[in-house]
Amino acid sequence: MTITEKLLARAAGLDQVTPGQFVTCKLDLVLANDITAPLAIEAFSALGVAEVFDRDKIALVADHSTPNKDIKSAMQTKLMRGFARSNEITHYYEACGGGIEHIILPDKGLVLPGDVVIGADSHTCTYGALGAFSTGVGSTDAGVAMALGECWFRVPESIKFVYSGRLGKWVTGKDLILYTIGRIGVDGARYRAMEFCGPVIEALPMADRFTICNMAIEAGGKSGIIDPDQKALDWVSPRAHRRFEPLHSDPDAEYAQVHEWNAENIEPQVSFPHLPENARPLSEVGEIVIDQSVIGACTNGRLEDLQAAAEVLKGHKVAPGMRCIIIPGSHQIHLEATRSGLVETFLQAGCLVSTPTCGPCLGGHMGILAAGERAIATTNRNFVGRMGHTDSEVYLAGPYVAAASAIAGKICGPDDI
Amino acid sequence: MSIKGTAHKYGDHVDTDVIIPARYLNTSDPAELAAHCMEDIDTEFLARRKPGDIIVAGKNFGCGSSREHAPIAIKHAGISCVIAGTFARIFYRNALNIGLPIIESEEAAAGIADGDEVEVDLEAGTVRNLTQGTEFGFAPLVGTAQDLVQAGGLKALAMKKLRK
Repeated sequence: MTITEKLLARAAGLDQVTPGQFVTCKLDLVLANDITAPLAIEAFSALGVAEVFDRDKIALVADHSTPNKDIKSAMQTKLMRGFARSNEITHYYEACGGGIEHIILPDKGLVLPGDVVIGADSHTCTYGALGAFSTGVGSTDAGVAMALGECWFRVPESIKFVYSGRLGKWVTGKDLILYTIGRIGVDGARYRAMEFCGPVIEALPMADRFTICNMAIEAGGKSGIIDPDQKALDWVSPRAHRRFEPLHSDPDAEYAQVHEWNAENIEPQVSFPHLPENARPLSEVGEIVIDQSVIGACTNGRLEDLQAAAEVLKGHKVAPGMRCIIIPGSHQIHLEATRSGLVETFLQAGCLVSTPTCGPCLGGHMGILAAGERAIATTNRNFVGRMGHTDSEVYLAGPYVAAASAIAGKICGPDDI
Repeated sequence: MSIKGTAHKYGDHVDTDVIIPARYLNTSDPAELAAHCMEDIDTEFLARRKPGDIIVAGKNFGCGSSREHAPIAIKHAGISCVIAGTFARIFYRNALNIGLPIIESEEAAAGIADGDEVEVDLEAGTVRNLTQGTEFGFAPLVGTAQDLVQAGGLKALAMKKLRK
């Protein structure tokens, strides 16, 4: 069996499962945020149960409109906060100590290798980087799971992605996943588990692994997953507050497809509007003048991403008129970026440094585009109107390219600065 | 249950951001959400649609964000059914969970044009294009997906489980 099949089988109390089978799994964590929790709470309340299945296994995170952008958002968050208090939810996060859900949950050790997790947010697939089965669901699924502690799944077929060779200069996990989506399309892995492996993945830092699994949904994937190797276990161990049992794919596991790519041929990637699959190598981008650069999000808001951006921005100024918005992924990352001098580097370069929020990624606030404006962003989606007006454009890239482009005022790589 | 209405046709990869833009996600009120349904892909949709109408689209309908606000907006805009070549999986789940009928059929999706009158029989598994005089079959739901629809959505199914 694949790691995904094994995770679902174990959580369903079965010795074996096969793709296509319907199973009901015990959950290790149920997540919702300030946009999806209100509807989940409504679904939970409709069931008429006295209490949540386990107050330690629910995470509620205010991050999308945080700090609340308007009165309605404030009311939504207030509802979630009130629910968290009255149900004594252990893991409620907002403002101080909080941050973007998919960054803080792994950082705080709330998701561990071997877990089965659902979240009312499509990028819940991020935690596959830890060797967990984790997938996005809607609010009703999350609300019902808060009562029952379980969820049904159709066991997905798995697709294996093997990356050989070595990554070139300025090429990151973000570039690998944009390249991958470019090759298979935004529905290339629809309903399937994407298993990322090979020497390139093994050599990648955890931050890049989270970025890759984060975007499995952009290829239609049900989940993304990476084998929990020693590097993952070393990362998790100091964070874990409970026991965990990692699982691994069998050598003879069956895959619906296997893709093998040599990373030596992969340049930094830029995904053109209005689909993540429109990935092009940086050398084929041409002259794209931009108004804004956003560096952050659950895709690339980790400390390593900020370090990459600072490496490029140090000693430079952003282009005249450029809005370069840096968004640390959590309060803790913001603190570490301040302590290590990254924040000063950004401010000296003329960037704006925001408090943690999903904000501009979904066109919520903190950097909305007008008609005709263009942004480069380390976020994960570039759909029509995603960051603002329907006549605006978002180009997706990694932190090196987003930082270099902010300096040049047009899309380019660090070597062009 | 028989469904009959005018088709509103869209292409591939209709994402949940265009179905209900995130700038309206500061509420969970179905009527407010419905008032902005499809706004970023078709500004005429709300004025043109009549109760009972049907949305028809190509592949990967509902891709992107997990927002259940998307099927809620569609349902409360009076749409009786969505027919698509394929659905993105979270949207598919959400639609079943909240009781929005959806039909996955590449043939039906390709065989219906914007403005066609369409009749759907969910039990019989047929889509009839009354304008063009054509008919398409579709496979019934299986497993938990079928249980969900029969129970009337996930909340009803969960309550059944809780009562046991």
